[in-house]
Amino acid sequence: MASLDINQVSKIYAGGNKAVNSVDITIQDGEFIVLVGPSGCGKSTLLRMVAGLEEISEGEVKIGGRTVNTIEPAERDIAMVFQNYALYPHMTVRQNLEYGLKNRNTPRADIDARVAEAARMLEIDQYLDRKPRALSGGQRQRVAMGRAIVRQPAAFLFDEPLSNLDAKLRVSMRGEIKRLQRRLGTTSIYVTHDQLEAMTLADRLVVLNGGRIEQIGAPLEVYHQPASTFVASFIGSPAMNLVQGELHGNRLAVGPSLLTLGGHAPTSGEVTVGLRAEDLRVASSDEEGLQFRLDYVEELGSQRLVHGHVGDQALTASMALDVALADEMKLAIDPRRLHFFARDTGKRIHAPGTAPASQPSVMEVA
Amino acid sequence: MAYVAPSPRFLPWLTRKPRPKVFAEGAKRVQFSSPVLPYLFLAPQLAVIFIFFYWPSVQAVSSSFYIEDPFGFGSTFVGMSNYTDVLTSAQYRGIALFTVVFTALVTLFSLSIGLLLGVKADAVIRGSSAYKTMLISVYAIAAPVAALIGMMFFDQHIGPFVEVASWFGWDMRVGLSYSDTAFAMIVVAVWKQVPYNFIFFLSGLQSVPVSVREAAAIDCKSGFRRFWTVTLPLLAPTAFFLLIINVTYSLFDTFGIIDVMVKDKAANNPITLVYKVYEDGFRGNDLGSSSAQSVILMIVVFVLTIFQFRFVERRIHYT
Repeated sequence: MASLDINQVSKIYAGGNKAVNSVDITIQDGEFIVLVGPSGCGKSTLLRMVAGLEEISEGEVKIGGRTVNTIEPAERDIAMVFQNYALYPHMTVRQNLEYGLKNRNTPRADIDARVAEAARMLEIDQYLDRKPRALSGGQRQRVAMGRAIVRQPAAFLFDEPLSNLDAKLRVSMRGEIKRLQRRLGTTSIYVTHDQLEAMTLADRLVVLNGGRIEQIGAPLEVYHQPASTFVASFIGSPAMNLVQGELHGNRLAVGPSLLTLGGHAPTSGEVTVGLRAEDLRVASSDEEGLQFRLDYVEELGSQRLVHGHVGDQALTASMALDVALADEMKLAIDPRRLHFFARDTGKRIHAPGTAPASQPSVMEVA
Repeated sequence: MAYVAPSPRFLPWLTRKPRPKVFAEGAKRVQFSSPVLPYLFLAPQLAVIFIFFYWPSVQAVSSSFYIEDPFGFGSTFVGMSNYTDVLTSAQYRGIALFTVVFTALVTLFSLSIGLLLGVKADAVIRGSSAYKTMLISVYAIAAPVAALIGMMFFDQHIGPFVEVASWFGWDMRVGLSYSDTAFAMIVVAVWKQVPYNFIFFLSGLQSVPVSVREAAAIDCKSGFRRFWTVTLPLLAPTAFFLLIINVTYSLFDTFGIIDVMVKDKAANNPITLVYKVYEDGFRGNDLGSSSAQSVILMIVVFVLTIFQFRFVERRIHYT
């Protein structure tokens, strides 16, 4: 167990292409960090650089205070869980679990104890003498986790470990990973492109885009105060509505509609306005709101997603089942629930006096 | 019949990959409109197998029980005496012993050198295709040509190998000295077969999943140990296939090399069993004995193949 420092790390490929660009992350001992972003954002590359499977072009990675840039993967004291499990197909489950320990000359009694413990924890005791090909996807994934657990490493690295599982299994494995990590208290970095997985697992989220960090923060902080339009559209399902609007004094114009902000306007002029679908509600007749033209409705069972337009801009609202819908509606929103982003940079514009209290964990990338 | 079919194809039920326990997801069941149609599709291949493998084999077995007149005027049934003559001959046993040594050495060296080159070429990142092409191109050389080039390497007057050997005080006389000829024969036979093994080992190595190798890199710091415990076991199906191919190659396909090396040379040169079959049958015109020898070879290959599938393949994991 150890802290982990990623210091100004870059990955530069031949031709000067930067897959990872000056990334800084400080990970506390025992923390569960999730790297999330669309494919090609450099999250896997970053993880592989920590693991030592990819060379670090610039910067420094420290595990437990020790710089590991030039140290072999096997000597970095990390264990990795791969997307396609990467079990040794010619070895039984037991041999798979033992392999890393044997190569480190762990005493036999110790190996047996650790394997038994991990197998019990993951409920794979009855498969120990089977070969991986005789196991289902979920069982293989458990073995892959077991292989990491028995090593008792300083850090776990997970590279999209659940992507190959079906949806139902993914949810249960997700819970299990969280539970195991809590119990073992091992520092973990988890890579995923699934924002829901990221939200549910992380102590802190790192949202990556184009090799740069967009935002670091606790899941709810990232959800409620996205640092940029990218984060706003990536985190949360349905994605946050982003519409073009204009601020004048304390009034916001979106298409044909006008909203009064009650003194909350952080800036003036053209802005991108973010509205969460669940913050929108049908306005009462004397209230001001957005003139919404309904296109179609998605039934989700517990609620419904209402898709339509304000002016010529698409908007999605989440409604309770008992709300009466009409083709033309007026949607209201609490002005404090509005998010403003600069039109040019996409960066969040903080309302005066509402800047996030936990500033240290939100890092703006240079 | 002199030249027994070298391919294990004359045992089709043995060479089929025995992995029916796990059904591949991609396996498709094709329905034919007429039950005759699949047999029609198979017919050309079956005809080839029958005409070129089974029929000659039957011919060989039948003529091994006869003594044939050298000029083809008639033949006499002699029962097993062709076999007993061959098996009691000290010369035949000597050639058999050389064949065993030759086959073992050629297989061992061509497999291990092929594997070594495959592993090294797999690790090369820059200019790898140039290396691969150069290593593979040797395989395009026909056996007699390879033997001819090999002979020139070992030529008494211009051969560079002879020259190199002389620096170490080795007066190499290929074609005259039994052991020197054997040495040259093995070197050329290995040289000819290495590229073939190289191609297969290289493609085998490249089909080992990258993530498995990476997992091993995290689990084990010694590259050598990783190779022995992870890479090599995953290469075993390839290696097993090559083992069979190389044994058959050493036994039969080295014919061209041996022919070029020992033809018109002194009589005490080493030859293998298949060359003896040819010599007795086509030089000595003793078709009966030649047939008996080729039947013996057939039985040897048959037993060898069964042995390989029963005992070696059991230890192999097919992914």
